[in-house]
Amino acid sequence: MTVRTRLLILLAATVVLAVAATGYTLHTAGHGTPRIVPLTLGAPGRIVFRDMRMGAGKDHLAAVPSTAPTGPRVNGALVCARFHAASGTGLCLRNRPGLTPSYDAVLVDGALRERRHFRGAGLPSRTRVSPSGHMAAWTVFVSGDSYGGPNFSTRTSILDTRTGRLIPSLEDFTVLKDGSHYRSADINFWGVTFADDDHFYATLATHGKTYLVSGDLTRREARTLHENVECPSLSPDRTTIVYKKRVRSPATGRPWALYALDLRTMRETALAESRNVDDQAVWMNAKEVAYSLPGDFGSDLWTVPVDGTGAPRLLLTAALNPVF
Amino acid sequence: MAPNVVALGAVSLITDVSSEMVTAVLPLYLVAGLGLSPLAFGFLDGLYGGATALVRLVGGHAADRRSRHKLVAGTGYALSALCKPALMLAASVPAVAAVLVADRAGKGVRTAPRDALISLSSPPGAQGRAFGVHRAMDTTGALLGPLAAFGVLAAAHQEYDPVFVVSFCVAVLGVLVLALFVRDREGATGGTVRATLAVLRRAEFARVCAGAVLLGAVTVSDSFLYLLLQRFTDLPVRYFPLLPVGTAATYLLLAVPLGLAADRAGRRRVFLAGHAALLAAYAVLLSPLNGMVLVACCLALHGAFYAATDGVLMALAGPMLPEGTRGGGLAVLQTGQAMARFAASLAFGAAWTWWGPRTALWAAALLLTAAGAGAAALLGTRKETA
Repeated sequence: MTVRTRLLILLAATVVLAVAATGYTLHTAGHGTPRIVPLTLGAPGRIVFRDMRMGAGKDHLAAVPSTAPTGPRVNGALVCARFHAASGTGLCLRNRPGLTPSYDAVLVDGALRERRHFRGAGLPSRTRVSPSGHMAAWTVFVSGDSYGGPNFSTRTSILDTRTGRLIPSLEDFTVLKDGSHYRSADINFWGVTFADDDHFYATLATHGKTYLVSGDLTRREARTLHENVECPSLSPDRTTIVYKKRVRSPATGRPWALYALDLRTMRETALAESRNVDDQAVWMNAKEVAYSLPGDFGSDLWTVPVDGTGAPRLLLTAALNPVF
Repeated sequence: MAPNVVALGAVSLITDVSSEMVTAVLPLYLVAGLGLSPLAFGFLDGLYGGATALVRLVGGHAADRRSRHKLVAGTGYALSALCKPALMLAASVPAVAAVLVADRAGKGVRTAPRDALISLSSPPGAQGRAFGVHRAMDTTGALLGPLAAFGVLAAAHQEYDPVFVVSFCVAVLGVLVLALFVRDREGATGGTVRATLAVLRRAEFARVCAGAVLLGAVTVSDSFLYLLLQRFTDLPVRYFPLLPVGTAATYLLLAVPLGLAADRAGRRRVFLAGHAALLAAYAVLLSPLNGMVLVACCLALHGAFYAATDGVLMALAGPMLPEGTRGGGLAVLQTGQAMARFAASLAFGAAWTWWGPRTALWAAALLLTAAGAGAAALLGTRKETA
């Protein structure tokens, strides 16, 4: 083969590959507009969640009737990586394009219209809105912030949705560990769940251990209550916390099981879910929680009773962050 | 410059665009897209890195056996190319892990035969220049890859699939350039495993291996160096991923000049001087310097370290090996160095945990000084007689 022939073959192949690459990219971009309907929060009998299906509606919020969750979905315009809402206020964590992970925390009203947003660095992980809708919290992974673990650490912020006052990081709070002041450079907070507009629970990690803390926004302090608790979720009656407990070696890559903690007696109950759960559960009602497990599209939603009985039940495929 | 070296440089450039496109979006894709936990990602990442050492030896030896460097390297490039669409289809953690391991295996297989071909295609006196040109082209690809990835992400409304498809197309182009423009060197074949292992009985080559392993065992890994830099300067974390760009840019600028310098002044000297640059980078980190001055000095020295050692080591060792076992011999050297560095990174991690970052870095600097003296004694500083 002469050099000329080889160059011609290369040129032809380059053209074909460039057309294929550009065509696929534009095709994907092209069917990127889903059929959008206006969604509202708080409509009874509906579940709102992040749609994980491949295709036009991917990552858009979607709604289904709670009586027929496997029925057809309708997509809203709002795109979120993480979402939670209560009393007509929603918090949507949105990934921002760029060289490094960054996000917008978007505060939305009952019609899912943006009211304001807060920009930050990191990868969205958890978000919760207080029952009144007055407070919102979120946690992001900040790459390279700490040596502990595989180069990831977390940052948790809390927002007063009425005034816009933002606590950028809970790490400025006073920590009371077993009753006495505790300081350490490696403190991480994540997974806030609100009791009311002034009190919350969250996970605190330091020196390889995790703790359930109860936090007070006025006093700016967090007090440890119980060891080995991650991503707590408080029941509507504020008596029980469902959380991830580390029960296997982290080296397995699947260390967690779902547990319930009775805050009055501090008794732990294992829920009837044997698989590894890495999610902050959501209370569906007084008796069941919903949570995410890996699925074909990244995440499926399952439910299980909180008293340790029964068995896991598939609620929705290709969905994340349900709001009931 | 031998056409083969330029062709191999072009293949590396194109392939690095392809692979760095994926590397740049992989954490986001796995954690944000697939919903993998960071813990599982860390586990995968470790697997990803550890999968190459032995495959290198296999690749180097297989290439020598019938003097089929091009075929073996091409197989490695093709395997990595096929992993790109496979990554898109892999929906479970084990599947993703399997694809990543296959991708790294492809990289492991191709490295030694490729370096052997560069070495065999260049006269003994111009080895440094040849490797310098190749590494500069390679690094250019690594710099362009992330930019390409974020361009595609922006054009496709943050959909990840097109990144993998474009990466695949680019990788196919790389394989094609290899197939069309790289020529195998006819010549002596190495044959047996015994012949490959016998390279270590050559005193000169064994000394180079020992020196490289000794220095590798006290080299703080890139990710730790960037973490130290971020810690010591309180660099905002969003700039963290830009640190490797600083190293790569210096590497790109200095690869050819230092390759030429190595041919002229002696490859041993430049290789040892590169480690002096690394020691200077540690010293800068431990000095009272701060802010952007510290970042700039440290990354410049780190890039100079790579430019003076990575290709130069291959240029130094290549001509010591008979043509028939050059692939396998270089693979032995690369594997030894990689394993030493892996051990160093474990040790440094432990030292950091026990003593804190500053003390750990002091220890690393002292050990590097001692190892540098040891390596100088092992290698000598005379110019090659090539």
